Amino acid sequence: MSTILIFEQVLNGLQFGIMLFLMAAGLTLIFGVMGLINLAHGSLYMVGAFAAAWVAGATGSFVFALIAALAAAAAAGALVEIVVIRRLYRAAHLDQVLATFALILIFSEGTRWVFGSFPLFLDIPETLSGPVTLPGGIEYPRYRLTLIGIGIAVALGLWWLTARTRIGIQIRAGENDREMIAALGVDISKLYTLVFALGAALAGLAGALVGAIQSVQVGMGEPVLILAFVVIVIGGIGSIRGAFIGALLVGLTDTLGGIFLPEVFKLFMETGAATQTGSALASMAVYILMSAVLIWRPTGLFGARG
Amino acid sequence: MIAERWITLLTLAGFLAIPLWALAVDEPFTITLATRAAILALAAVGLNIALGIGGMVSLGHAAFFGLGGYAMGILAFHAQSFQPLDLGLFTIEGTKSMPVIWLTAIAVSALAAWLIGLLSLRTTGVYFIMITLAFGQMFFYFAISWGTYGGEDGLSIYVRNSFPGLNTLVPIQFFAICFVALCAALFFQWRLRASPFGLALNAARQSEARVATVGLSPKRLKLLAFVISGAITGLAGALFADLNRFVSPTMFSWQLSGELIILIIIGGVGRLAGPVIGAALFVALEHWLGGLTDFWHVWLGLILLLIVLFARGGIVGLLTGKAGPHV
Amino acid sequence: MKTILAAAATAALLASSAAAEVKVGMITTLSGGGAGLGIDVRDGFMLAIKQSGRDDIEVVIEDDQRKPDIAVQLADKMIQSEKVDVLTGIIWSNLAMAVVPAATAQGKFYLSPNAGPSPLAGKGCHPNYFNVAWQNDNLHEAAGAYANTAGYGNSFILAPNYPAGTDALTGYKRFFEGEIANELYTELGQTDYAAEIAQIRASGADSVYFFLPGGMGISFLKQYADSGVDLPVVGPAFSFDQGILQAVGAAALGVVNTSQWNKDIDNPTNAAFVESFQAEYGRLPSLYASQGFDTANLLISAVDAADVSDADAFREALRAANFASTRGDFAFGPNHHPVQTIYAREVVQEGEVFTNKTLGVALENHSDAYAAECKM
Repeated sequence: MSTILIFEQVLNGLQFGIMLFLMAAGLTLIFGVMGLINLAHGSLYMVGAFAAAWVAGATGSFVFALIAALAAAAAAGALVEIVVIRRLYRAAHLDQVLATFALILIFSEGTRWVFGSFPLFLDIPETLSGPVTLPGGIEYPRYRLTLIGIGIAVALGLWWLTARTRIGIQIRAGENDREMIAALGVDISKLYTLVFALGAALAGLAGALVGAIQSVQVGMGEPVLILAFVVIVIGGIGSIRGAFIGALLVGLTDTLGGIFLPEVFKLFMETGAATQTGSALASMAVYILMSAVLIWRPTGLFGARG
Repeated sequence: MIAERWITLLTLAGFLAIPLWALAVDEPFTITLATRAAILALAAVGLNIALGIGGMVSLGHAAFFGLGGYAMGILAFHAQSFQPLDLGLFTIEGTKSMPVIWLTAIAVSALAAWLIGLLSLRTTGVYFIMITLAFGQMFFYFAISWGTYGGEDGLSIYVRNSFPGLNTLVPIQFFAICFVALCAALFFQWRLRASPFGLALNAARQSEARVATVGLSPKRLKLLAFVISGAITGLAGALFADLNRFVSPTMFSWQLSGELIILIIIGGVGRLAGPVIGAALFVALEHWLGGLTDFWHVWLGLILLLIVLFARGGIVGLLTGKAGPHV
Repeated sequence: MKTILAAAATAALLASSAAAEVKVGMITTLSGGGAGLGIDVRDGFMLAIKQSGRDDIEVVIEDDQRKPDIAVQLADKMIQSEKVDVLTGIIWSNLAMAVVPAATAQGKFYLSPNAGPSPLAGKGCHPNYFNVAWQNDNLHEAAGAYANTAGYGNSFILAPNYPAGTDALTGYKRFFEGEIANELYTELGQTDYAAEIAQIRASGADSVYFFLPGGMGISFLKQYADSGVDLPVVGPAFSFDQGILQAVGAAALGVVNTSQWNKDIDNPTNAAFVESFQAEYGRLPSLYASQGFDTANLLISAVDAADVSDADAFREALRAANFASTRGDFAFGPNHHPVQTIYAREVVQEGEVFTNKTLGVALENHSDAYAAECKM
């Protein structure tokens, strides 16, 4: 295997990690601020992708599609927060699990009701399609490079929001002591709705961006949801920085494991069996990584609290 | 408001009455549905010991359910193909005998629960949820790519396994086996709660520090509870495989772990009858709503939402007027 | 879902349910992500029943949610409570493996409109099991044969890591005479193929063969088209059926895929089927719809020839396959799987719609590799 190919695969791993980060950022924000386990986060990702596909089909504009994805997911998020989630902050974690599971059922089959049972079409815009040649002769899709850029921008934006703005201070204060900041005159329920809508919008953005190179279909959110949970748990729940590092780790492990494990097994097994054993192990690799991290550091890499 | 004991007894009586009625009016499929509910209830009773009493929210109990299932599948597969199971050092004959299969399922899943518990109990809270999920997923992906026993296609067992003195192919007789197993597990849980171990475990859920100050190790209490919990769920897995005469990796899926948790929440966390009511209601809803509309998941979702918003502590909590333990 | 549809003209419909002589249980996937396939099979099947205008065939339809345990439970219900004579409808191989052996062992007939796992074609074959679609390896074998005629000498092949994926690659290699540059098993349900595409680019192969059904195929094709790798791609029809193509869009244009059916196969049955399906449901039929349609017509031909209560006669009537198939000639081999011609077709755009155009024959009168192992 050439050095260039290995470099390209590392890039692929990073890029996959960034896609996971877009999904995980909203999840970890919501959990960190409100202590809510939101299983329906994957549904908001799906809502974003469907809204984008629908608007792109009607207008032909990818920019409008992204705006629609952000708006639809944020609106769905705010609605869900006001109608359901708000009643559950004081409830046990388990009640939140059941409620958000119920929301998955409603969102998934509701989407199928509206859009039908066949996958929708969403394509990358003309200006971002095709490969570019990187130094060293690597041909890499322009759209994937754009994704990396957007992911890093979102990470920086979130860091700026939480560390440098008034709202960020309120969010961080709310994480620590909800009664205290309420007493200081901050409208805590408005703040929560805002944070939930922000997290939802991030999920919707991820759905639209990723939907352009994947399949926009009902149930697309669930596999990503599980990986996003893996990411935020590895990083330490509530930590944006942890989510970023965790996402890159998971992305690299998944991508590089899928390539190198079969090669490793080929050294001492015949090809067919080696690729199968290697791939089987590769699909477990992310979970092995997560349990190893948790056994080593029971609250994740950057987690403060259990 | 009704005392919890009466709720438990009434639930079990109802659980027995429905299949008997179905037998009388010759509706064998209702018996099959009741059997399915009984087995899911048994699996959830197992989880309820870890979750309700011990406070360990495991999203990986499908691992034990699946192990029980595959214990049945592998033993029966070798019995029906007349090839002994070759373990390298020694070989094991396959078997079609339920008691032998059950013991194997219990032993295997208890061992797995011990290992998983040992590693997972280093963590708490959401981290515990996720690490148990991780172990479940490892089993899931392993089973999918393990070609010897069918991989994703699963394994079909053509004839249900046998139990001395019964004809397990008759729906009501197989129901009886599952119902007795469920009652036994409930009785066990009831005694367990009142035992010194159960009281200490209950205390460990509420405050680990206090339990530690009286000289008990909360970790060891929880680990033992986790092992018992896994073993019961494993037994349910073996029965479930026998009900379907089929095992597949979906028994290991995280959705199944989630469903078991949901059965408990619907019924009432930590309540004796909680998983039983939850399972019965869930199976009934799945069946009836499925008959009404193509998009029945939407309605199922709405009903679950209503339960969560307006019936804190699940159905048992609603009936007794007490919210139940906080997990 | 419990739709009891007595098939008949509207007037006869009311009077018919009591008069039904044959009861059919259809277990198929109607909810969740894989629902498109089940809906197509159901619609094709019910179209044929409706067109026959018969009132003696009653169809009970249930949704298996793509879960094997639910499928088994529904089969129990159909057999125990509904007392059906014939079962059909299952889309996925793993669900078929869970249901079919038990159903046929209980004396029921099973007509498969989609799945054809190898055990049921070989050692596990059963006189009451008829596959109206294909044995799972068929389309992959045809793809291997097509790659030879196209002059490819070095293929990069990939499929998900599960039994049908292994069967696919084995099927391709069984007929492909060139070199295999690399063989990859991806994760089931994988959505990102950047790493695999990078390996394809570096492999030095002259062609790519992939089997990635459903959403996996959509993702792969979109990402492949955008990657700048321009090796020719060959695949089985499952990633290029009518339901999926619109979601892939231009990324699939020009890809050659193998199928036992296409909407332009020239015979009167097919022309009438394509037209009436479009008129009835407002969309083009997929190969799944054609399989459902053929399954129902096979059933109708057997009901015409024999009484279902006489199992031996009914079995002979099914074996005769005396019906007009959308595929033209249709016959069963000794293991009750089709002996049929498989075509190579190309994805084209017709106006706004993406669809397939037949290029030519990939394999003529093809049976399957397991028939010899079947003893019945």
